Amino acid sequence: MSKDEVILLDFWVSPFALRAKIALAEKGVEFEARQEDLLGEKSELLLKSNPIYKKVPVLVHNGKAVNESTIIVSYIEDTWPTPSLLPPCAYGRATARFWADYVDKKLFDGGSKIWRSKGEEVEVAKKEFIEILKVLEGALGEKEYFGGDSFGFVDILAIPITAWFYAYEQYGNFKVEDECPKISAWIKKCLERESVASGYPEPTKVYEFVGLLRKMLGLE
Amino acid sequence: MATGDVKLLGAWASPFAMRPRIALNLKNVDYKYLEQNLGGKDELLLKSNPVHKKVPVMIHKDKPICESLVIVQYIDEAFTSGPSILPSDSYDRAIARFWAAYIDDKWCASLFSIARAKTDEEKATAVGGVTTGLGLLEQAFKKLSKGKGFFGGETIGYIDIALGSYLGWLRAAETLAGSKYIDETTTPNLTVWAERFCSDAAVQDLMPESEKLLDFAKMLLSGKFDPPK
Repeated sequence: MSKDEVILLDFWVSPFALRAKIALAEKGVEFEARQEDLLGEKSELLLKSNPIYKKVPVLVHNGKAVNESTIIVSYIEDTWPTPSLLPPCAYGRATARFWADYVDKKLFDGGSKIWRSKGEEVEVAKKEFIEILKVLEGALGEKEYFGGDSFGFVDILAIPITAWFYAYEQYGNFKVEDECPKISAWIKKCLERESVASGYPEPTKVYEFVGLLRKMLGLE
Repeated sequence: MATGDVKLLGAWASPFAMRPRIALNLKNVDYKYLEQNLGGKDELLLKSNPVHKKVPVMIHKDKPICESLVIVQYIDEAFTSGPSILPSDSYDRAIARFWAAYIDDKWCASLFSIARAKTDEEKATAVGGVTTGLGLLEQAFKKLSKGKGFFGGETIGYIDIALGSYLGWLRAAETLAGSKYIDETTTPNLTVWAERFCSDAAVQDLMPESEKLLDFAKMLLSGKFDPPK
C-alpha cells in the first residue's frame, strides 16, 4: 500500500496554516510542514500551487494542491473521515458551517483593525471586536466546545486566531478574560489538546510580529 | 415532491437569495417563498437570522439555516432527490468550494465596485478585476466541465450556482458600460454557459431583468439602502 504524501506550506505565525496542522493532527495524518518566508521570497511550489492568492496554507496531497484554510480543513474532513470534525446530521453541519463563516468573516479582521488603527479608531475597533467575541460566546453557550462535547470544525477554525489575542489586548488595552470569560475558558480547554498546543505560537512572539507589521505599515 | 415544511426568505434582486431557490428547484423540493422588503426588516427574518439580519434564510421544519452557500450545501445533504450539487470526490469538492469562495470573496467585490467607482481609474481597476476573474473562470470551466455544459458537468453544480446567480447584475453592469464582460472572443465557453444556465428550468423564473436591476441600483446609489447581500 503506497503511502500518502502530504505537504503543508506553512508560516509559523499564520493562524490559517495552524488550522490545517490541527486538523491533520486530529486525524492522525503524517505530514511535512514546509516553512515559507512570507516576509521574504515565496517558494516556487507556493507560487505554482496558489497562483491567485500566493498565500499559506497550501495542502499538497499526492501532488494535488488545495488552497484556503477553511476549504483545506473541509478537505481533510472529507478525505480522512475519522474521527469526524462535523456532526453527522445535515442541520448540525449547516450550523457548524454558519459559525465557521462567521469566524472567517469577522474574527481575524476584527482583531486586526485594533492594531491597524490610530487614535480614536482603536477604541471603536476594540468595541467592535468585543461584540464579535460576545456573539461567539452566545454560540458557544454552555457547551465545552463549539462542536458540543467534542472538539470540532468551528473550534479548529477559531482557536488559532486566539494566539493573536494578546497582541489585540495590548494595543486595545483590554482583557478578553474580563469581557468574555467563557471564551477564555474555551481557549484554555482547547490548549490542553496536543494538536493545538504543538503548533500554537507564543502570544508574546505574535505580539512582536505585529509590532514588526506595524513598522512596515508606518504605524510606528 | 414536497418534503416537509420549507420556507425561503429572499429578495428578488439578491443573487445570494437566488442560490437556495435554484438548489431547491434542482432537487424538486416545494417551498414557500417569502419576499422580504429591504426597507423594513420582517420579524421572521430578524428572528431567524439575528446575527446578520439578511436574506437568504431557509426554514426547514421550523429550523433556520443562513448564508447562501451554507444553505445550498444543506439542501444538497438533506434532500436526496435530483442531481448532486457538490461533487462526490473530496478533491473535486475542494476545487468547487475554492471557486465559489473566489467568486464571493474577490470577484464579486470588483463587480459591485464598478457602480461605486468615483474616478475613471477606480472604475478601470474594478472592471479589470471583473474581466481578469472571468478569464480565470473561463479556464476553470474548460477544465472542470470535461466537455459538458456546466462547471458541475451534465447538471448545474455548486460553481454554476455561485457564479450564475450574479448574471443578472453582470448583464446590468454590461448595459451601463455599453460593453460585454462575458463575450464570444475572450470567454467563449462562459458565453454559451451563461445562456444555458439562464434558460435551465431550475433558473429561468428566478433571474431578474437587467432593466429592473438598473432601476434598483440607482436607488441604492442614492444612498437609501445597503447593497443586496
